[in-house]
Parts: sequence; structure tokens; C-alpha cells
Amino acid sequence: MQLDQILQFALSGLSTGAIYALIGIGFSIIYNSTGIINFAQGEFVMLGGMLTLFFIGLLQLPLWAAIPCAVLVCTLAGMLFERLAIRPLRKPTPINLVIITIGGSIFIRGLSMLLWGKDTHSLPSFSGDEPITIANATILPQHLWILGITLVIIGANKFFFYHTISGKAMRACSYNSRAAGLVGIDVRRMVLFSFVISSAMGAMAGIIVAPLTMTSYDVGIMLGLKGFCAAIIGGMSSGIATVIGGLILGILESLGAGLISSGYKDAIAFIILLLILFIRPQGLFGKAESERV
Amino acid sequence: MKKELFKFLIFTVLILVAPLAFKGGYLMNVLVFVGINTMLAIALNLLLGYCGQISLGHAGFFGLGAYLSGILTATHGLNPWLVMPLAAGLVGLLAYLIGFPILKLKGHYLAMATLGMGIIIYIVFNESVDYTGGPSGLSGIPALSIGSTSFDSDVKSYYLVWAFTLGVCLFSLNLANSRVGRALRAIHDSEIAARVVGVNARELKVRIFALSAVISALAGCLYAHTMTFISPASFGFNFSVELLTMVVIGGLGSIYGSFLGAALLTLLPEFLRAAHDYDIIIYGGLLMVMVMFMPGGLVRSVPDAVRKLVRLKGGAGNA
Amino acid sequence: MSFKRFFLTFTAFTMLTSVSAFAAAPIKIGALFAVTGPAAFLGEPERNTAKMVIEEINRAGGVKGRKLELVVYDTAGDATKAVQLATKLIKNDKVSAIIGPSTTGESMAVIPVVEKERIPLISCSAGSKITDPVKKWVFKTAQNDALAVGRIYEQLQKQKLTVVALLTVSDGFGASGREQLKAQAGKYGITIVSDDTYGPKDTDMTAQLTKIRGSRAQAIICWGTNPGPAVIAKNAHQLGIKTPLYMSHGVSSKKFIQLAGDAAEGIRLPSGKVLVADLLPNSDSQKKSLLEFVKDYQKHYKAEGDHFGGHAWDAVMLLKNAIERGGDSPASIREKLEKTTQFHGVGGTFTYSANDHAGLGKDAFVLVEVRNKDWVIVK
Repeated sequence: MQLDQILQFALSGLSTGAIYALIGIGFSIIYNSTGIINFAQGEFVMLGGMLTLFFIGLLQLPLWAAIPCAVLVCTLAGMLFERLAIRPLRKPTPINLVIITIGGSIFIRGLSMLLWGKDTHSLPSFSGDEPITIANATILPQHLWILGITLVIIGANKFFFYHTISGKAMRACSYNSRAAGLVGIDVRRMVLFSFVISSAMGAMAGIIVAPLTMTSYDVGIMLGLKGFCAAIIGGMSSGIATVIGGLILGILESLGAGLISSGYKDAIAFIILLLILFIRPQGLFGKAESERV
Repeated sequence: MKKELFKFLIFTVLILVAPLAFKGGYLMNVLVFVGINTMLAIALNLLLGYCGQISLGHAGFFGLGAYLSGILTATHGLNPWLVMPLAAGLVGLLAYLIGFPILKLKGHYLAMATLGMGIIIYIVFNESVDYTGGPSGLSGIPALSIGSTSFDSDVKSYYLVWAFTLGVCLFSLNLANSRVGRALRAIHDSEIAARVVGVNARELKVRIFALSAVISALAGCLYAHTMTFISPASFGFNFSVELLTMVVIGGLGSIYGSFLGAALLTLLPEFLRAAHDYDIIIYGGLLMVMVMFMPGGLVRSVPDAVRKLVRLKGGAGNA
Repeated sequence: MSFKRFFLTFTAFTMLTSVSAFAAAPIKIGALFAVTGPAAFLGEPERNTAKMVIEEINRAGGVKGRKLELVVYDTAGDATKAVQLATKLIKNDKVSAIIGPSTTGESMAVIPVVEKERIPLISCSAGSKITDPVKKWVFKTAQNDALAVGRIYEQLQKQKLTVVALLTVSDGFGASGREQLKAQAGKYGITIVSDDTYGPKDTDMTAQLTKIRGSRAQAIICWGTNPGPAVIAKNAHQLGIKTPLYMSHGVSSKKFIQLAGDAAEGIRLPSGKVLVADLLPNSDSQKKSLLEFVKDYQKHYKAEGDHFGGHAWDAVMLLKNAIERGGDSPASIREKLEKTTQFHGVGGTFTYSANDHAGLGKDAFVLVEVRNKDWVIVK
């Protein structure tokens, strides 16, 4: 009996963790190429879900057609955000960037509230709601979609960053943007690029979770925070480390809620996050860096 | 130094006569909160503006002060004046202890850690229902009183809160111009360089962190006794972000800037109320515009703009 | 000659208008609703309803020839703002009575202000402690949680189910429900075997439900507002939980069925009668008010009037009645309000008295079940 429960906790944790991972990678991609923690990342997740609903509801598109439209619009929003808010910044200190992305997230949230109201909406599942049983624990087909799409996106990311010119250029920017500029890489374009990729990913995350978690104009805050946690545990890597970070966070939350206390489950997750930061501030898997003066 | 003192005196006089302009109307009540928020903004500014260490968890310290004060007076019937230093002291001690591991972190890791700390404190307020009353809040907190005068009206609370706020202002101004202040700025510019010239950076950062928590807790006590009701929702992540915004918009490393930021952000909703549902968009947009076009904060950008304007006019006159 | 006539007409006209202007000095009513923020699902229908009812009263000539003027402020669900705005309503707008706030926390925060300033407040939030103990100037229209809990426990007792598991949201609404669920369990011979909570923004509650599945609970009672309970319904469906699932009146609107989809089938909850207005027998004393409200709301906002809007409807109507019976100052409005008897509103039949400022009995709730994506009354 107890074992069944733990298996269920683990499965539930994995599926929420995959969501956190996907959002976390969005954070990392922008951070790595620009040094910005984009607090508006959660809002792109919200936009993904809400835009899909919008296309289904207003334009009567089927789900499969609404999804790419939503991702496209969301990507455009990401580009606009970079062009209008980030690029014109005269003094891009980290603090100013934090505030401006927070301002941006409030702005996007307010706009969506005006456009679509304050109601919560639910998106239809991609392929039915019949639970799948795995040794007395159950998951939904949608969970498989989440896991699958997360894997595909990570694979695509890996390919992009290691096997294409643009990807390599973006990595170069993340190591040293001045040097990258000197060898002829258009750093500004790469920054724009990173916003494109991460807003598209955020939108995708928002779309695949909406059938399970519902969506409304304010879902972005909490999902964004959790994604940020995942990225920190993974040491802000845009690869597998953040995925593992997300999964760890998801499983800890679910085990915490099931075995210790449901009220304190977020506190448990954050305490562990703090411990990780205290003991291994470079993330669970990173190597310690020596500080340059 | 004389000039500083003169500035402070003008500020004090302005604060003292401000109620005359509002004649006890509802804005008085808002000005009480401007006072409390100014204290909080100064607390965060000491840490962020002078010491260069970010915190996204200051609402937690604020809340701890409010709850300690609220619980000890409302539930256990202790004297509020006695509880105030006790609450501030306890929160300071806690911050001092957390400070050592947390301030080892830098940049966004520090932001994340303090954010986590704030959220943990918030969850504790929510979940320890037996002590805090949980999400439905804690009511019946007595108003402060001296002898038989109770600080139960807006005008009285105004002077009480601002007495504390001005005290904190004066203290912080002095601190900023002292040896400690110079050491802090050294840490802000380069921690390693500061260490090389013999500043015990680590200890100093932790002390400022604790001091900042003490001021926040004090503001929390005042908040609890003027509102006479507290609930966890006032001490969440959003409020930490709001505080950060006050400090940045006002101007990092400027005490008067903190006042400007706190005043602007507290009064802004009053002016935006006419805009109904649009206020959230305007708020977000304004934040972005401020950072984009006034990166030095109000306290530096406004005088700059005025100077430019004067020069333009002067230029035009000459030509 | 003609000048004299003109002069006479003119004087008569000015006198007339000034008399009517005097008679029409409007009575100002303040309203504090959480129109934005996490409690917007309460505040928005409340604001809409209050505006609608006041407009209609004025179109019908006002109350005793005096128009009502509504001043609404948005508190965003924030207690500090609620206090500031209550002060603003009293000191700047000089209102005679206040409707709202929407949430229990805000109401508790505002109470000291209205008590000190002596302005009657009709709260639209559910927490029992708002009017218990009775505060002189504070009334409420939303049904007490205690009544909703009693309604569920009665049903469980009837079906001889004695072991329950609780799953409540960790906000003011959930906390108040949880308190009542625990307090009343003994009276109905019910044992609580597991007591879990979830956060208002949580997106997966399978962990809590798995734990409950492993317990010997015969019924699960979940206390929360959308979207949490819809997620819980889906999660329970996923885990194949067959234990009867009870929800609170916090989700008694069509929205819940939309969100939870098929997973909502068979779920029961106590609800104000507004949800099933057309199913009520004609003998029901509230039916007239209910149908009127539902029809009106549909006409104005092209949406279904829910029982949150109903709280505001009741509050405005109670005030109107009090003014009709001679209340024209805050003190006399309060006095007349307290003497309200047998007012058949949307939330129930109100009878206030000096030691009851909540005014409702158990009949305010009916137990409903979701069947074929619609509500039916459980007999």
C-alpha cells in the first residue's frame, strides 16, 4: 500500500516537474545569452494557454491549428518585449533588468486581464481523459504528452546549440559577449533570438499544461517562480541539468505534500532550494567558478 | 555635513506641516502608509543601495515584526511598547543568523534565496493557524497609546509613524556618512577590493542585513498597531517586489529617494483609481518607462531634467 | 405684461426645480469589492450586480423620491487597501452605508473603521466571525460557512457515512471552512481521518488525494473556490477514486462544471438557491426574488447571475428596505436594518435582530448534485 502511494507521488511529481523544467529552460536560455533573469517568462506561459483558447473560441480553429498560431503570436510578443523594453535600456544593470521584466510581466498580465477577463478556463486534453495505470499508480495521457514534448524540445535545443551556426554563436555570446562581438557575431541579434526561443518554449509549456491545470490571466506568476527554482537547481544550464532540477523540485513537492504536510509542501521545496544554494551555490551539477576581479 | 542637516530639517518641517494641507481627509490615512513604506524602503535601500545586496524577501521581516507584535499584544496582552523592541530584536537576531549563509551568495542566486526565505515565512504565517489565525488574519490588535492618549485617529497615527520614520531617516543619513557607510560603498563597488583594504566585508554585510531587518520589523509593529488587523496576504512576494520597486524608482543609495519612491508607489493607486481596470496596465507600463528613461531614480533624474530644462531655456534666451 | 408672466413662470419654475432638487438629494452608498486580484471572481459579479440594482431602483424613481448613488472602489482583495478605501468612502464621499468587502480578511480589517466612524456595513463575505460576536454596525448577507458545513454533515449523517477526509484551500475561505468542518464534526458524530490543504495556485493535488485514497475515508470534503476544486475533481477521476466527493458553495456556479468537465459528474455541494431557481417549487418564498435577479443579470451582462452577485443584490435590497422604512442617516439605517424581518432575498430569507446580524437559517442552502452537466437538487 505504502509503496503504491510512493509510486503515485513520484509519477505525479515527475509530470509537474517536467512542466517546471520546460519553464526553467526558458529562463536559462535568456540568462545565458544576456545575463537577464526574465521575470516575465511566466507570462509567456500564461499567454500560450490563453491564446490557444482565444483561437479555439473566437476563430473556431481546431486544437491542432490553434496551437501553432498561439506559439507564433507568443513568439512575436517575446520579440516585441525585447525590442521595446530590453534593447532601449540605457543602463542595463542587473537590478534595472529585474525591475523592467517585473514591470513587463505586470503589463502583460494586465493586458490579458482586460482582453480575456478574469475567469479561469480549461483547454481540452490532446487525447482523452482515460487514466493509464502503471502498477497501481495512474497518470493521464496528457502527462505523457508533457513528458514527450519536453523531451523533444530538449533534444531540439541540444541540436540547435551544438550543431547549428546560430546556436554556436549564441553559446559564444553566453561565454563572453564582447569576444563574441569581436569575432563578428551580431550580439544584439542573438539576444533577440534568445527571447524568441524562450517565449516560444514558454508558450508551448503553457499550452501543454493548460488541459491539466486550467489557465487564467494570473497563472504565470507561480509557474514562473517554480520554473526559476528549477533553473537555479540546475545551475542555470539550458540543458539536461535544468530538466533534472525541475524533476527534483516536482518530486520533492509531491512527496512533501503526501508524506509530510500538504500545507508546508512549498516551504519544504524552498527549504531544500536554500540548502542547495548554501551548499552548492553553482547548482547541483555545476563546477565551482573562481571569481574574477 | 551642515548642508545635510539643513536638508533634513526642511524635510522634517515639510512632514510636520503636511497634515494642515489635507485637513484630516482620507489622504491622511494614505500618508500614514507612506510613512511606513518609507521606513521599509530605507531599510531595503541600506542593503541594496549602499551595500549592493539584493533582497526579495523583506516583506517577510516586515510581516514577522507585525505578527510578533500582534500576537504578543492581542493574544498575550503584553504592553505594545514593551513588545516593539522585543519583536525588532528577535527579527534582527534571526536575520543575523540567516545572514551568514545567505549573504555568501551573489546576484540572482541571492535574489532567489531571499525570495525563498520570504515565501517560507509567508507560508508559516498561513499555516500556523493556532498562533497567527491563518489566512483569515489576526484581529483585535490594540492601538498604541501613551498614558491616556490612544493613537487611534489618522492624524495621531500620522505623527506617531512619522516620528519613527524621521528617526530612521536621521539614523540612516548618519550611517551613510560614517566610516561604516564608506566601507559599505566599498563593498558595493568591489567586495574583494574592500577586503584587501581591511574591511571585514562578510561581517559588515550580515550586520547591515540584520539592521535592515530590524527597521523592517519596527515598521511591521507600527503597521500592526495602526491597522489593528493583519493577514498574511499583506506580507507576500508581491509586497517584496513593490518594496524593491520603491527603492529603485526613488533612487538607489539615497534616503530621500526612498521617501520619493515610497510616496509615489503608495499614492499612485489613488490617482490611477479613476482609470478603473486599466490601472494594472498603467502601473506595469510606468515601471518599465521609469527604468528605461530614469535609470538613476527620481531623486537624480528629476533634478537632472530640471537642470536641462533651465539650461535649454537659458540657451534659448542667449541666442 | 408678458414680462411679468415670464417672471412668474420663471419663479415658479425655479421653485419647483429647487424643491425637487432638494427632494432628490441622493443617498450615497459606498461599495468595496475585490474587482481585481485573486478574489475577482467574487468582486466582479458583486460590483456588476450592485450597479445593476441601483440603476434599476433609480429608474423606478428611487427610494421615497430620493435617488441612490453608488460609489464603488476596487480593493484588489488587499486588506490594507480595503481599510484606506473604507476611510475614503466615509470621510471624502460621506456615504451613509457601505456594502462589501468581498473577502473575510478584508471585512475583518474594515470592521474597526466602521465601528469607530459609526457607518453601517453589510459585508458580502462568508466568514462566521464577521458577525459572531455581533458588532453594532456590521451586518452580512453571505451565508455563514457554518450553515454550509451543517448542510453537508446532515446529508452524511442521513447516509450513515461517519468517516471523512478534508482537503481545504489555504486562503481565508478554506481556512474558515476548515475551522467549521472540524468544529461541527463532533455534533454530527463524524470523525476526520485526514486533514490536508492545498495552495490557491496549486496545479496538481494528486499527492493529497493519493494519501486520502489510502485512508479509510467514506467521503471527501473539499473547501475551495475555482479553479482548485476543478483540478481536484480531475485528479480524483485520474486516480479512480470512487469515494463520494463533496465541494463547498464556493464553486456553486456553472463555471465549475465547465472547468471540471466529465470529472464533475456526481459531485455534490451545498448551494444558495439561485443555482437551481427554476427547479424550486412555486411555494418557495425566495423564488420570486431569485428569478428576478437571474433574469436581470442575464439581460445586463449576458451571463448567468451567480450567488456571489446575489450577496450584493441582497445587500442593496436590504438597504433599500431600511431606507424605505425611514432610515435616512447612518444611525437610522442601521436601526432599521436590524429590524429587518422575513426579507426573501437571493441568499435566503433574512431576519436580523439585535443578537443576530447574519440573519439566515439553514434553509438558505440546498444540496445539489452535478448530473449530465447540470445541477439537480438532492432530496
